Amino acid sequence: MIEFKLPSLGADMDDGTLLEWKVGVGDTVTKGQVIAVVDTAKAAVDVECWTPGTVHELVAEVGQKMPVGTVMAILSESGEKVGAGGTAECRPVANMGKAAVSPAAPTARRMISPAARKHAEERGIDLDAVVGSGPNGAVTLDDVENAAAQPAPVTAPKPAATPDKSAEMRKAIAAAMARSKREIPHYYVAEDISLAKALAWLQAENLRRPMAERLLPAAVLLKAVAVALAHYPELNGFFRDGSFAPAAKINLGVAISLRQGGLIAPALLDAGARNVTQIMQGLMDLVKRTRAGSLKSSEMSEATITVTNLGDQGSQLVFGVIYPPQVALVGFGRVAERPWGDAEGGLKALPVVTATLAADHRVSDGHRGALFLRELAELLQHPEELEGLEK
Amino acid sequence: MNEADIRAVALETLLAIAPEVEADELRGDKPLRNQVDLDSMDWLNFLLGLHEKLKVEIPEADYAKLVTLDDVMGYLAKKLEG
Repeated sequence: MIEFKLPSLGADMDDGTLLEWKVGVGDTVTKGQVIAVVDTAKAAVDVECWTPGTVHELVAEVGQKMPVGTVMAILSESGEKVGAGGTAECRPVANMGKAAVSPAAPTARRMISPAARKHAEERGIDLDAVVGSGPNGAVTLDDVENAAAQPAPVTAPKPAATPDKSAEMRKAIAAAMARSKREIPHYYVAEDISLAKALAWLQAENLRRPMAERLLPAAVLLKAVAVALAHYPELNGFFRDGSFAPAAKINLGVAISLRQGGLIAPALLDAGARNVTQIMQGLMDLVKRTRAGSLKSSEMSEATITVTNLGDQGSQLVFGVIYPPQVALVGFGRVAERPWGDAEGGLKALPVVTATLAADHRVSDGHRGALFLRELAELLQHPEELEGLEK
Repeated sequence: MNEADIRAVALETLLAIAPEVEADELRGDKPLRNQVDLDSMDWLNFLLGLHEKLKVEIPEADYAKLVTLDDVMGYLAKKLEG
């Protein structure tokens, strides 16, 4: 039996509310399949299964708010005999109370021990708000007693119809960014990069492409970042429990601002393996789904570095705040015509972007960070090669 | 397709991208992107939406001519005539 727990959906998400089950008991699920939709402070997220199996029990109930790590469902492994010996802990606790089972969703129920239920009723405690610590997330008498002892009762009146989403978003951003500034010793380096060649290449490409396949400068910049990162593993990965682990793939977190305020930085997964055209398609899809609220859990949690691109309406440069547990953030300011000296002593006005790197001094030093930006600048002088670099 | 029709399509396309826009408050003679927060991707999607709805081809070289809503309307009207 496998406990399927609510996965972390990024540093700024501590809990989620189950909106919908996408599977039922008895369904076979595959790795990567969306099995539930969970609402977070930032957005509704499609939660993907990390392992193949068969749904044995749906523990979490629709509407239930739960912390990351809460057991949502019990899966049986392929070939595993449901109900066979050795799986006693997965049997539903006897005497499931009448209130626990909603007629509309008879399979979605939590395991609550009879003593815990009785105690909760006596003390007026909302069982939906109690986190179970027993086997498979079962709510035990201790859990109820702990909940009863909380100074701020978890049974506080439920907020009116819609909680203030933008306030929740602001809180989530504040928590992640405060943690970043508290824990990560940032250093910053910056480099002005001429985009004359990259934009000329882009223009020529777009001239021969149908409208729907045209490229934005952002796609070229993201591709160049992915290629440069291959040589700087100390910028791509996670700092957890006191040490850094470089990531095998390059998943670029792309900061996307939301129209109602706030931002999300979902991952463009395996950007290192995509060419510029594929990055552009991935980016369009990601922006569309971010705004529509249909991101996947892997996209929320697997970004290995973040790129923020201020675009043509932004300011000249941006000093990023690293999104933990990542260790670096690449920022691009507005592309603007600026004076540019060439090797022959001439001066021209060229489209220039200022690229910045904010990186974690526990993992890398400014010298390496500067070399990374120099490599990025060099790659952007050969845009035609970037398109060809698929791997 | 008359001017009002084109305007309706343009506004519909814009509202799909920026639902917070109050169509009545938009000034046709002022730069659209000063009035509505549209990033490069939004702008591309706006033009792409016009292209799909009106079957008008908009070369990238013409993007710079499309600054105000009036510019967009005039440009589309001309393209649809031709």
